[in-house]
Amino acid sequence: MDLNLNAPHSMGTTIVGVTYDGGVVLGADSRTSTGMYVANRASDKITQLTDNVYLCRSGSAADSQVVSDYVRHFLHQQTIQQGQPATTKVAANLIRLLAYGNKNSLQTGMIVGGWDKYEGGKIYGVPLGGTIVEQPFAIGGSGSSYLYGFFDQAWRDGMTKDEAEKLVVKAVSLAIARDGASGGVVRTVIINSEGVTRNFYAGDTLPLWHEELEPQNSLLDILASAPAEPMRI
Amino acid sequence: MERIEGLLGPEDNKSHTLSPYVTGTSVLGLKYKDGVLMAADMGGSYGSTLRYKNVERVKPVGKHSLVGASGEISDFQEIMRYLDELILYDNMWDDDNSLGPKEIHNYLTRVMYNRRNKFDPLWNSLVVGGVKNGKKYLGTVSMLGVHYEDDHIATGFGNHLARPILRAEHSNDMSYEDAVKLLEKCMLVLLYRDRSAINKLQISNITEEGVTISQPYSLKTFWGLSAFKDPTKGAQGSW
Amino acid sequence: MSSIGTGYDLSVTTFSPDGRVFQIEYASKAVDNSGTVIGIKCKDGIVLGVEKLIASKMMLPGSNRRIHAVHRNSGMAVAGLAADGRQIVARTKAEAINYEKTYGEAIPVKELAERVASYVHLCTLYWWLRPFGCGVILGGYDRDGPQLYMVEPSGISHRYYGAAIGKGRQAAKTEIEKLNLAGMSCREGIVEVAKIIYSVHDEAKDKAFELEMSWVCDESNRLHQKVPEDLLNQAIMIAKAALEEMDAD
Repeated sequence: MDLNLNAPHSMGTTIVGVTYDGGVVLGADSRTSTGMYVANRASDKITQLTDNVYLCRSGSAADSQVVSDYVRHFLHQQTIQQGQPATTKVAANLIRLLAYGNKNSLQTGMIVGGWDKYEGGKIYGVPLGGTIVEQPFAIGGSGSSYLYGFFDQAWRDGMTKDEAEKLVVKAVSLAIARDGASGGVVRTVIINSEGVTRNFYAGDTLPLWHEELEPQNSLLDILASAPAEPMRI
Repeated sequence: MERIEGLLGPEDNKSHTLSPYVTGTSVLGLKYKDGVLMAADMGGSYGSTLRYKNVERVKPVGKHSLVGASGEISDFQEIMRYLDELILYDNMWDDDNSLGPKEIHNYLTRVMYNRRNKFDPLWNSLVVGGVKNGKKYLGTVSMLGVHYEDDHIATGFGNHLARPILRAEHSNDMSYEDAVKLLEKCMLVLLYRDRSAINKLQISNITEEGVTISQPYSLKTFWGLSAFKDPTKGAQGSW
Repeated sequence: MSSIGTGYDLSVTTFSPDGRVFQIEYASKAVDNSGTVIGIKCKDGIVLGVEKLIASKMMLPGSNRRIHAVHRNSGMAVAGLAADGRQIVARTKAEAINYEKTYGEAIPVKELAERVASYVHLCTLYWWLRPFGCGVILGGYDRDGPQLYMVEPSGISHRYYGAAIGKGRQAAKTEIEKLNLAGMSCREGIVEVAKIIYSVHDEAKDKAFELEMSWVCDESNRLHQKVPEDLLNQAIMIAKAALEEMDAD
């Protein structure tokens, strides 16, 4: 068994951001690992940057925390200076500024999502090298490799809020089912003109996928409820 | 904002082990009767994953130039920020002078070569095309600063797969229609034989009148060869 | 002037006993003697106009510009010492470009005006600096629409519907107040600005002048540009005609 507790904390992650007709839905799993050990099974990878902009973090926990801390600070400054909330675009550009300028030292891919009065709901992907891409939806982290096909098939323009959130939860749960580095619960953050809603989908409420079984209290319950069957020798 | 200065990147040049992350593949460019045409697909690869399919890899720079890029997309975005600033300063002079493709190309050769001397290259092959004062211009720069002009140019895979076709079929006075068909022929070969090529491309046109960049579109592929249908027919063994 | 001979007017870092800084007031005088500069905010954008007094007949027409582009969507007109103005313009350009690099979008006009004002103000705070001998009118178009600001040598800045500085500012302001700016397009605004500049120019006392005009509006694609030659000439014609009509009365 490869249990290396000295390995850096890394968020082998599934993160997702989806726009819908009035805002955005962000989603993430909650597993943080040190090597093969799960260091935190209920982490929050969707970090608040401002009242109306959030950040999904993947890769090195330390790197992404530092980046988000700085950007939160800069956005705070800008908000005070201008007397109005910073836009999603500004947040994404600051993330990009740090990610691109330090591409050789940072091991983190991020998704910025938010709502502002000028552009409405917006999602920006900032992957490893510091490229910035505005997208109708974005996926990231190790779990995302299991989701490309799913999103190509299931994503539609002009979804409702509920449809978008359902898609996000389904996607993260699918990735959790296949990616050992993703796991735990599904967290979502919904951002629109009305404000922010955070939702939590516990690990035992997620849908069951291929080859997964309904959880039981005990084998005894199964035996007790099983129809009488001739005993096999 | 003082504090952000130190965060923008390393000032020491110790730790530059660069490799590209999000990349674009070949760019093609050729001169034709009225100006210059450039073609590039819209893929943004992430290793072997085709992660992005809507990346514009040919951009207008000022009124007289087009710049197309293969290689690291974040570096291309940075280069575009340099060029847009250059053009902004140029416009602000408001003196009825403007930078042409030759100047843009020369500027890029200096930027690329400077960065490679810092052992921190911008990981791109760039193509610059344009028309100014009736002169057509087409040039390229690599990540090392190697640069040249030619009547037709291709980067990356295109250098191997498209340029032989261009050498055989290109001429400087060909019509717009013939030039587009030739580029599409090359792009189709690249689509078949370049793993990171995708079937979504734009063709950009620059003439004395200005720049037009086509909407994204796809090409019809052909799989009707009888040998494809029944590869074992007339031959022993199989593919 | 009460300051003369008192010794309180020699330094920007010394107040007079009644709480004034005379050097700043002198700087304003430099502006007050300049050719008139005006800016108006129309429904679709901003028009800037300058009465550029010609120092010498041998100077090339169009030289010594007083209106400068400071970014894609904003421009600045200078009254007072032109050389001081260029220093402010350079700083304004730097601020606008720096902002876009950091935040990835064009600087809001309000923010730009505040930064210019702080810079101008900064030069009134140190004994080794002298205040700028110029005032500027900044016009720009951002996501909140067209906006017009004026920054004075003291570092004061305000947002305006219509602003005027220089020799003819009083007369110009009276004229601007008569305009229906909210219902006026920039195309119409150009003519009004030309009329005002021509009307405040004192042919008898002043040197010859050149009318310099720029706009930032929907018609210019929200870019700061010189007013197209044909529109400028047309406006000048109308302005001259209006002037003759007035003289005839």
